[in-house]
Amino acid sequence: MRIAVGLGREDGEERLERQGISRRDFLKFCGAVAVAMGMGPAFAENVAAALTRRRPNVVYLHTAECTGCSEALMRMYKPYIDGLILDTISLDYQETIMAAAGQAAEEALEEAVNSPDGFICMVEGAIPMADDGKYGYIGGKTMYDICKHILPKAKLNIAVGTCACYGGIQAAAPNPTGAKGINEAYADLGIKAINIAGCPPNPINMVGALVAYLDNVPIDLDELGRPLMFYGATVHDFCERRPHFEAGEFAPSFNSEEARKGWCLYDVGCKGPVTYNNCPRVLFNETNWPVGAGSPCIGCSEPRFWDVMTPFFKNN
Amino acid sequence: MSQANTAPRSDYSGPVVVDPLTRIEGHLRVEAEVENGKIKRAKCMGTLFRGLEIILQGRHPFDAPHFTQRVCGVCTYSHALCSTRAVEDAINKPIPPNATYIRNLVLAMLFLHDHLVHFYALHALDFVDVVNALQGDPVKAAQIANSISQRDVKPETYRQVQAKLKAFVDSGQLGPFTNAYFLGSHPAYHLSPELNLIGTADYLEALRLQVKIARAMAVFGAKNPHTQFLIPGGVTSYDSLTPQRIREFTELYRDALAFVENYYIPDLLAIAANYKECATYGGTRNFMAFGEFPDPGGERDIEKRWLKSGMIFDRDLGNVRAFDKDKIAEGVSHSWYEGDRPLHPYEGQTIPKFTSMEDSEKYSWLKAPRYDGIAVETGPLAQILVSYAQNQPEVKPLVDNVLKSLQLEPSALFSTLGRTAARGLEALVIGRQIETWIKQYENNIASDKQIVENYEAPKSAKGVGLLTAPRGGLSHWMVTDDDARIKNFQLVVPSTWNLSPRDEKDIPSACEEALVGTPVADPARPVEILRTVHSFDPCIACAVHVIDGQTNQVHKFKIV
Repeated sequence: MRIAVGLGREDGEERLERQGISRRDFLKFCGAVAVAMGMGPAFAENVAAALTRRRPNVVYLHTAECTGCSEALMRMYKPYIDGLILDTISLDYQETIMAAAGQAAEEALEEAVNSPDGFICMVEGAIPMADDGKYGYIGGKTMYDICKHILPKAKLNIAVGTCACYGGIQAAAPNPTGAKGINEAYADLGIKAINIAGCPPNPINMVGALVAYLDNVPIDLDELGRPLMFYGATVHDFCERRPHFEAGEFAPSFNSEEARKGWCLYDVGCKGPVTYNNCPRVLFNETNWPVGAGSPCIGCSEPRFWDVMTPFFKNN
Repeated sequence: MSQANTAPRSDYSGPVVVDPLTRIEGHLRVEAEVENGKIKRAKCMGTLFRGLEIILQGRHPFDAPHFTQRVCGVCTYSHALCSTRAVEDAINKPIPPNATYIRNLVLAMLFLHDHLVHFYALHALDFVDVVNALQGDPVKAAQIANSISQRDVKPETYRQVQAKLKAFVDSGQLGPFTNAYFLGSHPAYHLSPELNLIGTADYLEALRLQVKIARAMAVFGAKNPHTQFLIPGGVTSYDSLTPQRIREFTELYRDALAFVENYYIPDLLAIAANYKECATYGGTRNFMAFGEFPDPGGERDIEKRWLKSGMIFDRDLGNVRAFDKDKIAEGVSHSWYEGDRPLHPYEGQTIPKFTSMEDSEKYSWLKAPRYDGIAVETGPLAQILVSYAQNQPEVKPLVDNVLKSLQLEPSALFSTLGRTAARGLEALVIGRQIETWIKQYENNIASDKQIVENYEAPKSAKGVGLLTAPRGGLSHWMVTDDDARIKNFQLVVPSTWNLSPRDEKDIPSACEEALVGTPVADPARPVEILRTVHSFDPCIACAVHVIDGQTNQVHKFKIV
């Protein structure tokens, strides 16, 4: 049985060994993160170092969301989520998995955000801004006020998923709750979160951003706040069906010989050419991705994709 | 093993508020009035409103599954499939058998994933004291583990767990265990140190195993969470027809079932045997099950499902009634919406009208769905009871054996413990059936390779999707206009049935009813409230009933 409960001190790799993760497996994962970061395989050693030193405090907040990003993070493999939360980071507040509830949970949060070592804040979800934020409460406080209290204190803010980045689905027209992404919601406070877009984002992109920060790798962002190392190319650029696009071979419908043969899905709505993300290169769940399953890309890492990319099954 | 069949009690009288109620999906506040150590009255309050149904108005019906899937990332796929069924009901034409086979296989894996993650990641810490695991004897723990299951665990495994756990605790960075109710000992936690050790080890193991189960969903469904392979008319993943993909799915499925058989069920029974007091409270009286896993060609016919649908009233297992979808109506008398009477989902009107968090009359963003005016419970317990009462051969003997091994009567099922046990049994029953479905699918594709039909969006049509999600009966109700765009879209969700506020007759919801009589040994650390609420596996993002909208416009969204 492989178990991962560790010290979070200096013997990270030995701890991983004891959990049944060989150095080879671990470096393979680190290599995948390094490649996703655009750093080349040699950078794997740096990734490994960042993942095995003393655990930094992390506070993970949920606002207007569906918990899909937390679930995506739980699908991390090699190291698995238990390794991440028990060996790599000190996840001091995360409502989906934390043992404490109610007042005890709120106290854990206060303790973490006042830690002398500082903390990294990850936010999943949009901020409901309409009507003084009354569409979202936690512990008797509005989500808007909670984040206003916490985000400015963090050493780093990471917006996890398209909701936290740009408002996401609840911000789709007519945006009944006035939902916004955190950079827009707290622009007046100078908040500049890194946007890890996607619905949900690939967990490699979430962890990769953390690693880059912990390893002092400069994180170049595009004009939408997304790290270029993950969002520097379109889905179309690396799509396995791109040769069909180039050859003018398109599936006219889902029940067609062309669809069966795996031809390009542009005519059934694929938004890959205008969507920046690394899905075809890193895959989801280590095995597949939407176009691989014959489904057109819906553009989920782009702002306002629920409005500008719909209808999803049509182009133009 | 210790036996403690009476719940520890305090003499506390007064309010207890749990907010945020963690280890659930979404944002929930529970307020309870405790009298002499027992809950007398409780309120469940959904505290987030997102407004997805109004967002759906005017959109293409085929986009609905993508939108509704984002209601919830935990029971991901349930909403997408339910919406797809609603659109197909409005289209009113058949879909290829392979589409139903593939959808069923993905749904079955969702049940295994969701129930297993709920038991270990969301519920186990209500029973397992992780720190007390340090006191357990690894030799005894291995003997116990090997005696209750098909495992072959060595004491060394548990020694390693303890060594690492000790180092973790000594580091002072407790991470997700910070401020846990079990820290510093708690009178309502009473597993032996050895069972705490087994539970802790398996809690961690389950975190890894769930990655594989989710991967099985992605094999046919592109990714998890938020699958992407459904289209009204069928599925898009031609890859699913290949032997490589079927083999990959089968191997992952077998690993998942082995874990359910050898870890989940034995651990569940060991916890149940030590927390029998949880079988003495937390019950409700009325149950609703939609059944699930349709035969090919019968996706919209609730009568053609492998697990049976039905209604049970007043705990009468001898009289299962047929489910009638016309008997659903939703009220808003205690919800932050305008409205004067309960309405059927096709006619539903929802106008948000937030008052305040302190309002005693209106106190939740959840509406109050009722069946024929009756508050019902839905979910694994309802499904198991409805199948049990109809003598379903895959269910009845299994339930009887479990009751016998725990020395409990069938009446014990109507409880917090019964609800948690039923979830495990549902996972086991479904898990054991998957092999058969894979074979049927393989036989079918030998001569039939079609997975999808091309259909147009329906004009001026109505359709309903009825689905049993891991949390219970889910229904989506859609009306389209002359341009084949969505005119009205309503979601009536399991957690809304289970955790709604009171209705216009002041009848509480299932969870509010279940909390009455739940003991509270330590009002500062009310773990018994967590046990009862978690036994429903709440999903509040799903439950917060979002705007329909034939009439209301954005400008009406004013806080009063």
